Amino acid sequence: MCLGIPVKVVEIDSAGETGKVDYLGTKVPTSFALLPSLEVGDWVIVHAGFAISRLDEAEARETLELLREIVEKSEEPGEPAGFP
Amino acid sequence: MDLLTHKKAIAALLAKVETLARGLPSPLRVMEVCGTHTMTVHRHGLKPLLRKAGVEMISGPGCPVCITPDEFHEAAISLVTGRDDFVLATFGDMTRVPTRRGSLQAAVPASRSSVRVVYSPEESLSLARRGADKEVVFFGTGFETTIPSIALMARKARQAGLGNYSILAALWTIPPPLRAVLESGEVRLSGFLYPGHVSAIIGTAPYEFVAREFGLPGAIGGFEPADILLGIVSILEQIRDGEPKVANAYGRVVRPEGNPAARAVMDEVLEPADAHWRGLGMIPGSGLRLKPEFADFDAVRKYGLDLASAGKDLPGCRCGEILRGVIAPPDCQLFGRACAPDFPRGPCMVSFEGACFVHFKYRDVTHG
Repeated sequence: MCLGIPVKVVEIDSAGETGKVDYLGTKVPTSFALLPSLEVGDWVIVHAGFAISRLDEAEARETLELLREIVEKSEEPGEPAGFP
Repeated sequence: MDLLTHKKAIAALLAKVETLARGLPSPLRVMEVCGTHTMTVHRHGLKPLLRKAGVEMISGPGCPVCITPDEFHEAAISLVTGRDDFVLATFGDMTRVPTRRGSLQAAVPASRSSVRVVYSPEESLSLARRGADKEVVFFGTGFETTIPSIALMARKARQAGLGNYSILAALWTIPPPLRAVLESGEVRLSGFLYPGHVSAIIGTAPYEFVAREFGLPGAIGGFEPADILLGIVSILEQIRDGEPKVANAYGRVVRPEGNPAARAVMDEVLEPADAHWRGLGMIPGSGLRLKPEFADFDAVRKYGLDLASAGKDLPGCRCGEILRGVIAPPDCQLFGRACAPDFPRGPCMVSFEGACFVHFKYRDVTHG
C-alpha cells in the first residue's frame, strides 16, 4: 500500500499543483499538491498519484559512500568472508 | 544507485549483520512494520539470509487492507448493493477482501450502480465530477503515506461544492499500534524497522516514545535491499552500544520533520479517533475521521453507517495474530491449503503486501 516510486519531474503546470513525471520513459500525470516548490528535474517519490517527498541528492550520496566503505572494509584481509 | 542492490554490497552488509549479531544475546527479532518492507524482505530472499546471519524478521501490522476490520467492507457492500445510481470507488485490493457478506468484487450492485477500482484518490473525485447523476463514495484506506491525498479530496470536494461525493475513511496512524504491540508483551522484539514512506510524511519524532519508554532501538528503512540491511545494522549497533534511538537509514527521502505541507492538509480535514484494528482491537487515538466541518463529505455521517460492532474474522482465519507478529503465516492451518491468493479466506492473503500473500508468493525462496 505504501509503495512509492522514485521518478523525475518533467513538467509542472502553471499553478504548480499538477504536472508530469517520467516513469521508465512514460510521462505520467501526477499531483504536486502535497509538495510545494518543486522544480523540473527534481526527483520525487510518487505514491498513489501524489508526489510525497523530494529526494535529497547529498543524503543519497552519503548512503552510497557508507555502502562503499562497508564493501571496502569487508574486502580487507582478516575480516570474516562475505557470504554466501 | 546500483550499489543499493549490488551483490557485493548485500554480501558485505550481511557479513556485518552476522558479525554484530554474534556479539549480542539471541534471539534477535526485528519487526518490519510496513507491508512494503515485508514484500522487499521476501522478494529479495533477505528473510532466510538474515536468519542465517542471526536476525529473525517478523511482519507487523503495516498493511492497511489487512487491518481494516470487516465492518468497513460490509458497510461498503451494503451501500453499493442497496443504493441505485451509486458508485463505490476504492483501491484494487479492497474489492477482494472476503467477509461474512462476501466481497465487493463479488457483490451485485443495485441498478445503475458499480464498484470502480482507482489507483489515485483523484480518480474518485473525477468520477463524481463527471457523473453528477450518481452518488460517489470513495472507500479510502491507508496510513500516513496515503492519508494526506485522501484528506485533500475532502478539501477539493468542498471547494467545488460537490454534493454527490463523500469518503468512507478507513484511515490509520502507525505509532499507536506500535505501542499496542509493545504493551501487549505478546511478542518479544529487539527493534523496529520503521516504515519509510509513512516517515516521509510524519518524520522521526512520533517514534521517539519507543526508545524513551520501552528502551527499544529502531531505524527508518528504505525499500532497496541495502536500505533494509543498513536499517538492521543500525538497530544492532544501537543494541550493542546500549543507546536506543530513532535512526534514519532512508535520509534521501525522509526528513526529520517529515512533510509539513502534507501534514497541514491532514490537520485541516481530519481529527484523531479511537479505532478498531483487525487483530489488535480498539486502539485509542489510532484512527482519523473527518472533522465536523467536513461532515457533508463523510460517508459515515451522510449514510448513517454503523461501524461500531466489534469485528469478527472469518472462521479459522488467523490474520489477527499474524498482524500482531504472534504467529507466522505458515503457522495458520488454512495457509496454502484452504487459503491462497486465488481463494483468500482473509485479508492478509488478499493484499499484495499482506504477510500471507507475500509468504505464499515467495514460499520457495523463504521456506526453501
